[in-house]
Parts: sequence; C-alpha cells; structure tokens
Amino acid sequence: MRPFFSFVQKEFFHIFRDKRTMLILLGMPIIQMLLFGFAISTEVKNTKVAVFDPSKDASTRLIKERLQASNYFDLAEELTDPGQINDVFKDGNIGLVVVFSEGFASDLRHTGDASIQLITDGTDPNQASLITAYATGILTACQQELAGMAEVSGRIVPELKMLYNPQGESAYNFVPGVMGMILMLICAMMTSIAIVREKETGTMEILLASPMRPIQIILAKMAPYFVLSAVNLATILLLSAFVLHVPIVGNLGLLVAVSLLFIFLALSLGLLISNVVNSQMAAMLVSGMGLMMPVMLLSGLIFPIESMPEILQWISAIVPARWFIAAVRKIMIQGVEFHAVAKEVGILALMTGLLIAVSLKNFKTRLS
Amino acid sequence: MKAIYTEQLSKAYGRVQALDAVSFEVEPGEIYGIIGPDGAGKTTLFRILTTLMLADRGKAAVEGLDVVKDFKAIRRIIGYMPGHFSLYQDLTVEENLRFFATVFGTTIEANYRLIEDIYRQIEPFRQRRAGKLSGGMKQKLALCCALIHQPKVLFLDEPTTGVDPVSRKEFWEMLVRLKAQGISILVSTPYMDEAKLCDRIALMQGGRFLRVDTPPGIVGSFPYPLWAVQSKDMHRLLSDLRGYPHLRSSYSFGESYHVVLKPEGTPGDLKEYLSGEGHKEIEVGQIIPTVEDCFMLMLNEKEVL
Amino acid sequence: MNQEWVIEAEGLTKCFGAFVAVDHLSFQVKRGEIFGFLGANGAGKTTAMRMLCGLSRPTSGKGTVAGFDIYRQAEEVKKHIGYMSQKFSLYEDLKVWENLRLFGGIYGLKDREIAAKTTQMLQELNLEGERDALVRSLPLGWKQKLAFSVSIFHKPQVVFLDEPTGGVDPITRRQFWEMIYRAADQGITIFVTTHYMDEAEYCDRVSIMVDGRIKALDSPKNLRNQFQVPTMDDVFQRLAREAKRKGD
Repeated sequence: MRPFFSFVQKEFFHIFRDKRTMLILLGMPIIQMLLFGFAISTEVKNTKVAVFDPSKDASTRLIKERLQASNYFDLAEELTDPGQINDVFKDGNIGLVVVFSEGFASDLRHTGDASIQLITDGTDPNQASLITAYATGILTACQQELAGMAEVSGRIVPELKMLYNPQGESAYNFVPGVMGMILMLICAMMTSIAIVREKETGTMEILLASPMRPIQIILAKMAPYFVLSAVNLATILLLSAFVLHVPIVGNLGLLVAVSLLFIFLALSLGLLISNVVNSQMAAMLVSGMGLMMPVMLLSGLIFPIESMPEILQWISAIVPARWFIAAVRKIMIQGVEFHAVAKEVGILALMTGLLIAVSLKNFKTRLS
Repeated sequence: MKAIYTEQLSKAYGRVQALDAVSFEVEPGEIYGIIGPDGAGKTTLFRILTTLMLADRGKAAVEGLDVVKDFKAIRRIIGYMPGHFSLYQDLTVEENLRFFATVFGTTIEANYRLIEDIYRQIEPFRQRRAGKLSGGMKQKLALCCALIHQPKVLFLDEPTTGVDPVSRKEFWEMLVRLKAQGISILVSTPYMDEAKLCDRIALMQGGRFLRVDTPPGIVGSFPYPLWAVQSKDMHRLLSDLRGYPHLRSSYSFGESYHVVLKPEGTPGDLKEYLSGEGHKEIEVGQIIPTVEDCFMLMLNEKEVL
Repeated sequence: MNQEWVIEAEGLTKCFGAFVAVDHLSFQVKRGEIFGFLGANGAGKTTAMRMLCGLSRPTSGKGTVAGFDIYRQAEEVKKHIGYMSQKFSLYEDLKVWENLRLFGGIYGLKDREIAAKTTQMLQELNLEGERDALVRSLPLGWKQKLAFSVSIFHKPQVVFLDEPTGGVDPITRRQFWEMIYRAADQGITIFVTTHYMDEAEYCDRVSIMVDGRIKALDSPKNLRNQFQVPTMDDVFQRLAREAKRKGD
C-alpha cells in the first residue's frame, strides 16, 4: 500500500502547489452560489410601480394599497398623463405601470368588467412575465375582496400558488443545479486533466513501465479530487443553509450519500475522458463542452425538462446531472424519504457501474 | 542469458514501417548504443522492449523474460528514461526521487549506494523544484529516478538530446561507471560522437539496423581511404571539390572536408586540380574515419541502391 | 551606426530578481558573418538571444540589431530579423504552401511575390512534390530546411537560429549548413546556437558563454590555437567545466 499513499501524497502536492487552480476549485462554488443567489435572481422583489389612475375611487385605492403592501412592489410614482408611460420606462427605474380605466369602480360594479392595463418592460421577458404573474395574482385577490364587499357574486378565479416555494425564491431551484454542475466539473474535468498531464510529460510511460498496477494509479489520481469535491459539497450546503436560507428539509445523510454516488460517477467519467484524449487542452474541451453544456441545458437547471421537446427529454435522460438534480430537489426541498428517490438513485448507480467498468476495461496497461 | 534479445521485430503505424524485422542481442553488462536520426524507429523499439507497446511481428525478451507474456516481471527489473521526458516539474528534486522509489516499492536509503555518485552532484539542490533545474541537472535527476530500484537493464531513449557537450560527457562517464556495476544499458542517441563510448553500436535508419559492430569494428570496415582536405577559402572549396571528376563523396567535418575518391583519383591529382581552380594553402592528408563517416557512407549507399 | 556591424551589444545585462542571467555582454557581429553563439545549458544564451530579437527588455546596457535599438525600437528590430528554433518552426497542421503564404503575409509581402518565391523555394529544396503535404508528414530534416527557408523568406538582415539541427541526420545536417552558407553569401548575417561542436567549426567566429558572460570570442582556428587543443569540443569543455552556475 505504500506506493499508493505515496502516489496520493504526490497528487496533493500537485494540487497545493498550483495555487491559482486550487483557488478556482475551492472558490468557484462560493462564487457561483452567491452569483445565483443574489445577482442573477429570478425572483421579483420591490419592483418600482408607476400608476395612472384617472378614476381615483375606492377600488383603485384598494388595489394600490394591496400592491404597496406586498413584498414585490413599491408604488413609486403617480402619473398624470398616459404620455408619460414611455418616459418612465426609459428612465429605467420603473418595472411595471398600472393603468386604470376612467370610472374604474363603476365599470366594475355595473358591468363586472373593469379594464386595467399592466405594462411591463419587454426587453427582459422573463422578468416581465414574472412581474405580470405576481401583479395578476394580487389583482385577482383584490377582485375577490371587492366582490365580497359589494356583495356581488364573485367569479371563479384561478388560484396562483407555488408549491414548496411559496415566495417563489429562486435559490430553491438553483442550489441542486449548482451542486450538480460544480461536482461534475471538478471531478470529471480535473481528474481527466490530471491523468492526461502525465501523458504529456512522459511520466505516464515510466509509471506504466513500473510494477505499479493501473488500478492503483487510477485510484490514487481520483482520491484527491474526491476529497476536494467533498469539501465543495460541504461549502455549498453550508452556504445554502446559512447565507441563502434554503433549508435542508430532508435527511442530510441521504443527501450526502446521493452526492457521493454522483461524485463517483463524475470521477469515472473523467477517467473515461482521459482514456480517449491525449492533451490537457482536449481533456478540457471534452469535459467542458461535452459535460458542462448538457448539465447547463438539459438537466433542468435552466430550462424545465417538462417543457422540452420530447426528443430533448429523451436525450436529457442520459445526462447524469438530470437525475442527480432531480433527486437533490426532492430530498433537500420536498424532504422525501429514500423510496421517493429510489428511481433516480438506481439510475445513477447503474450509470456509475457502467462507466467504471468501461473505463477500467479501456485503461491501457500499454500505450496505444 | 542475454540481457536483451529480439528476433525479426516489426511494427507499423498505418503505412509507416517504424520497425522492420530488427534482430539483435545485448550481452549482460554491455553498453549497447543505437545511433540514428530522429524518426529512425528508436523510440518504437524502446517502447516494445519496455513492454509499453506490442510488436506486430517478431519476438523479444529482456533478461530471458518475454515482453508480452512476462511483462509484469520485466517491469520490476528495468529502469526506463523515455525520450523528451520531464520529471514532475512542481515537485522538488528529493520528492521526485522519493516518489519513484516508492512506486518501485523501495526507498532512497536502501539503494543509495547505486546513485550516490550521481546524486551527490544534485544534492545541493534537493529542495529545488525540478522545473527550475538546468538541462544537465535534469538528466542526472532522471537517471537517478530510473536507477533507484536497482534495475538489471537500463533503457535510455535519447537521454542527451538538447544537452550541452559538457553535461553530455559527464552523463556518459556515469554510464560507464554503472556498467562497471553490472547493469546492462541500451541507449539511443542522435550524436555520433557518443558512439565511441559504447561497447557495441547499431546504426539505425528507416526502421532497420544498417550495421552492428564495435566502434573500432565499424570504423575499421570503412572500405575507402579517407582524406581530410583544407584550403584557405573553405567556402568555395566545397563547390570546387564537387566539380572534381573523380570524387565519390565530400562532407564538411569541422575544420576540414572529409573526401572519398573514386579509384581513378589520387590525392596528388586532387591537389593539382584544386590549385588549378585557384586555391591556396591546400592540405590533403589521410585520416581515420569516424563513426559519422561510416554512417553517412551507409546512408548514401542505401540511397544509391 | 557603423555600417559594418549588424549586431552590436554593449554591456547588455538582464537580471531576474537578484539573479543575473546575462552579465554585461559586449560584442559585435559583422554583416554577412556566420556567428556561433555557444554555451552550456543555463549559461544565458536563450535570454541573450531573446533580448537581441526584441522579445525581452534588457535590464541595462545597449544593443542595436540591423541598426535599430533593441530597447526603444523593438518592433523595427522584429521586422528586420528572421527567427527559427528547433521547438517552434512551422505550423504542423498547415500545408507546406499555406505555411509559406502565412509567413509571407506576416512580413507584409504581396501575394504575387509570395507565389513566385514559393515556387522558387520549393524548387531549390526539391520539395515541389510536397507543396500540398501537411508539414506534420515531412521528415524532421526537411521540416528544418523548410523552416530555415521561411525564416529568410522576407530577406532579413539577420537570422537567429536556435539549435536548428538538433536530432537531424548527419547528411541533412550538412545540407542545412550549406543553406546557411548560401544565405550568408547573399549578405544575410547568421546568428546560430548549437550543441554540435563540429558545427562550431563552420562558423566564421564563435563566442562561448559561461555563467552569463562571454568567456571567449574569436575564429575557431584562433581559439584552438589559443588553448592549444585540436578541436572546438576541447575548447568548449575547457571553458564550460569552469562554470559555477549549475543548478538552474
């Protein structure tokens, strides 16, 4: 076993002495978490609202009060002329303009059909549709309230409510995604680069011509990145719980176990890559483009899988991160027990076994 | 038992025949040099003998062990320095050595005696990272790493390429000392002047061994008298020599041209011809050929064939 | 500027921190001369050559190459020199003619000039049949000959050759030197480093660098006489063995 430990020690030297890479490896999860958590927020909070209210009656006042009372909106301006609408958007502060019709309250009372216009800035369609959705939610609530007061039979309105994430906080969605991305990147990319580097410097030739067994070489190469990934996993979970306040509802042990399984999977994927490429550059490209793109696009991290064309849904089924992210979402946010994620875990285990078998079989005891 | 034995070893990459039916033997305790330019097939031969590559055809054995069947046993008894190889640049001298010792299941201390001579020269820098060593120092460290497990056979693939003449000389002095300790050494080099330090040499080109002999044997077999020719205007001399009708070959060789004449030509006649071309201070003297002369002659005759 | 000198160095020094890589280098190279620049690994050859090529700024001292100051006119220097090394010479994944067109273009030659010169050069090198071959597929010796031709494609005043013949077979090595002679006859100054000591004999003058300084500079014949030894190899061994600087 001595050669093995000596090898692992050597690998750690390589990592510790390349300070810049190590900083990136350990800092990347922190930066990504904070970036997703605060900067690229996909939630609506304190959006500035301008109102044009020629009617100025009790109903419009109520609606304005309700908008102001919500966390999402802030009444910033009362417009006196519809011509100002364009200008307030150009100034850039206003995210929503609410335009009431003249005689809003009487229209509502008599025809049960008052017109109200919600105008948003279409240059950011995602944000715009979120804003309208929230605003519509508030308006619907107001409508019910008004209907109750006026003792008019209320119309059935669709109830808008988000399951498991009542505030619509986006952190809930991206934490599992970032976990999948970081672990995949560090394990697969870094292991493949570390192995290929030995090919480039010619040391792999010496190691192969030595009595050391290939399986020892492989395990020794993987060990440090396994440790590094575990550190990253802890970082992500701590950040998510204490900084972004995303609670871990489910069983922590189960969550860690599933993550370790995924780490193994990513490591063996990295090994497989190192078998087929011969330069660090190629290893980086293959793992970067070949792994990152599917993780970003097909795992449900950015685009919901349910809304993909069927063919892409099929393709996404072979992206390991998809199953991992799904499992983490269920455990972490819904707090389900093992049996509820058995399918995802089973698929991940199967993929891991397959990858390890293929890459071990392909790892050459000789040069090609 | 031979240290190395091969029989009709062949290997092709696609249409390129890298090794073409190579058969040779290395005696125990011998320094066997393979001399040939880049692309002659040296590296392929080394990789097959160090069990890193399979030959298409033919047999090979190291210390009586078959390179295919007994590859695990061979890996325990050989030391290998691949061509263009660099150690771990980010590890120190000592860490590199310690690492390779443990890979081979031994320690620096257990085999220090063997590397002592060489290691003493780099020991002052043992805390320095290998990437910061000069070319000559790197070669010494690499040799130490290849020796640390007391191999029976040492494979050195172009260990001195790109290394300055002084470090090269020191390196060869070390090889001679290792040989005295009973280690068989197979070494390749593109530098012809290193050939004379080998017990036997093989001249290699295009995947074939053109000749195998001791350095004196190779030199002694040069079939023609060889003449060193000089004059005051060395530049012009080369083209004028080529104009001489009885010339077989002429190559620049340091300060003079090495010239082989056809049977009709004589040194006196050549001198006369050159002074007719206006050369001054002409000197023509017979010299003993070098390995390089022999190699060039063989390359030329191969082309003629 | 003295018309006769193409390279002039005066007290050229380069320090990396406390380490003096090149220590007050002073020498001149004549137009059309073949100048051998020898030294052990780590003696400072590469650093000195980089400064002369305008790639690295000297810490102190002066130098002119092809009449331009290497400190203030580095860009002009680069336009008037050629450079070739063993490590980088041509793009392996481009075809022969594509390499020629590329380097011609880099030095601002016109398309018609490039086309004419390409044909002429390939004829001289006997490589007409390889016009459309990838450089990768050529034997090393051919590559190096081609690379040398490319480095003097734009008729530079000086060409810097960094170990151009390493690993090349003995016959091709000599053909390479004949190309160097022809270039020198056309007035191109050759500045060459090598580890083959017989090649040192082919130079008009040779400098030997030890520990960042020039320890000897003369014609090979005078050096041999000065040290009373039969070959340049002996001269080199004598000087380089005195080196203190070993570890880097």
